[in-house]
Amino acid sequence: MDLITFGVQLLNAIQYGMVLFLVASGLTLVFGILGVINLAHGAFYMLGAYLAYWIAAATGNFLIAVVAGVAIAFVVGLLLENVFIRRLYGRDHLAQVLLSFGLILVIDEVREMLFGKDVHAVTPPAWLSGSIQLTTNLSYPVYRLAICVFCLAVAGLIFLVITRTKIGMIVRAGAENREMTRVLGINYDSVNRYVFATGIALAALGGIVIAPISTVFPGMGDSMLILSFVVVVLGGIGSVAGAAIGALLIGLTDTFGKVFFPSVSGILIYLLMALVLLWRPNGILGRREI
Amino acid sequence: MRARPRLPSWLVPFLCLMAAVALPFWVPTYYTQFASKALIMGMLAMALNLAVGQGGLVSLCHAAFFGVAGYVLALTSPKYDAASLLLTLPLAVLASGLAALAIGALALRTRGVYFIMVTLAFGEMLYFFFHDTGIGGGSDGAFINLKPEIAIAGRQLLDLDKPMAFYFVVLAFTVGVIALLLMLVRSPFGHALAAARDNERRARSLGFPIFRIRLIAFTISGALAGLAGYFAAAQFGFVAPEMLGWHQSATVLAMVLIGGLQSVTGPLLGALVLLGLEEVLKANLAQWKLAEGLIVIAIVLALPNGVRQLWPLLFGQPRQKPSSGKVAPETGRG
Repeated sequence: MDLITFGVQLLNAIQYGMVLFLVASGLTLVFGILGVINLAHGAFYMLGAYLAYWIAAATGNFLIAVVAGVAIAFVVGLLLENVFIRRLYGRDHLAQVLLSFGLILVIDEVREMLFGKDVHAVTPPAWLSGSIQLTTNLSYPVYRLAICVFCLAVAGLIFLVITRTKIGMIVRAGAENREMTRVLGINYDSVNRYVFATGIALAALGGIVIAPISTVFPGMGDSMLILSFVVVVLGGIGSVAGAAIGALLIGLTDTFGKVFFPSVSGILIYLLMALVLLWRPNGILGRREI
Repeated sequence: MRARPRLPSWLVPFLCLMAAVALPFWVPTYYTQFASKALIMGMLAMALNLAVGQGGLVSLCHAAFFGVAGYVLALTSPKYDAASLLLTLPLAVLASGLAALAIGALALRTRGVYFIMVTLAFGEMLYFFFHDTGIGGGSDGAFINLKPEIAIAGRQLLDLDKPMAFYFVVLAFTVGVIALLLMLVRSPFGHALAAARDNERRARSLGFPIFRIRLIAFTISGALAGLAGYFAAAQFGFVAPEMLGWHQSATVLAMVLIGGLQSVTGPLLGALVLLGLEEVLKANLAQWKLAEGLIVIAIVLALPNGVRQLWPLLFGQPRQKPSSGKVAPETGRG
């Protein structure tokens, strides 16, 4: 493998890892703050991709799709928290698993009623649709680079909000000790609601940005859900930095696994997870005692 | 609310068994087949409940153990001949048990929500194993042309091709699974497992080898799920990767919740309720999954202890409250 091919694969790995990070950070935030395990997280990723397709087709502008898709997902998240998720706080994990599984069935059926079950392609905006010529027969699409930059910006924003703002302080305190934060007088009802909606919006955003380079299809949420779970297990629950490390690890493992060991590439990330579990059962950045 | 006289404790199970034995003589073949399917899914749900209800281990990979056993039957069945039940059944259960042992050994290093995520991921790994490699026909699945049989020296003693014979074999195994689980739950082992669920720290300081106890329970649970998977594959004559998918695992968890975690036979009732519900919804509604999802959500929110919560409302309160002393599993530590 020459240096340029290696570079291209590395970029692919980073780009894949960054999108994974967007989705998984939403999942880990929701778990860290609300203490709710949300199996429907992948369904919102899928919904985001379908929204991107639908809005982009209706308006002809992908940027509108990004903004409107995220806004719609955020509002849906607020509503769902208010109607269903709120009732799960303090319930056992079995109830959370099954309620969110019920939500998946509902979302899948709603998606079929709204958008059908066809596979769709989304075209990226014209100014991002070119490719950069690397050598005479090797080029790299600009849109993939744009994803890297965009996701890095979003990741930076998440880190800034969490480490530098009052909201971030509350979120960190909640992840550390939920009960104590509540005792200190933080209004957790609204924090919960906005964190859940943000988590959902991040999942949808992942689906929206991936739509132009992948196809939009009904089962796309399932595989993403499993991958985000592996990311969270690798990084440590509730840790956004851990999610970033986990996502990049999976991006690298999956991309280079497909290059070097194509026959077993599907299993490699699970082997990685098994190794991390043997080494640090609570994740790379997870707290040691649980 | 009017009081209900207490019935002898053996009466209800006895009547249920009699009804189950009489059923195939009374109803058309279609319903016999449906009853077989309900018993098979009930076996799976009861197996899962050993981990979830008794052990407090919410597993999302039991469909994988279920499917592995099905694949073992498909791979060991000769193409134009019936497989030997006495040979393939132990092999299938062994394979599922080993898969559960390996996954359990890793997953049980974690707790609570980690455990759910890890079991989900490893279950999907097995799904992709059968989906991506050519073993068992890849994503297309594989057919089992002839149902397994019990034959001695070439003479067929039991032919599972007849729906009634199949039903009675499944019924016998279901009764066996119930007996085994009751024995386990009431044994010192079962009490230790429940103790670890209710208060892990205390059980640990009392000297129970928690990890080993949980691993044994998880392995038995996976092996019994394999038993159910063997019969499911035999009944449909077909295996596909979807059999191992986590949607299946979650559906079985729903059966466990609907039936109630507190008893051994509750999940069997849950399987019957959910399958019956699916049957009715599929026949009447194009968007049956939407309805099913909403019903599952409603049950989670309104009946956290399963449909048995409805019984006092329907039949009145029993005079004495059963003092089982069991509490809902406490898995809330993240």
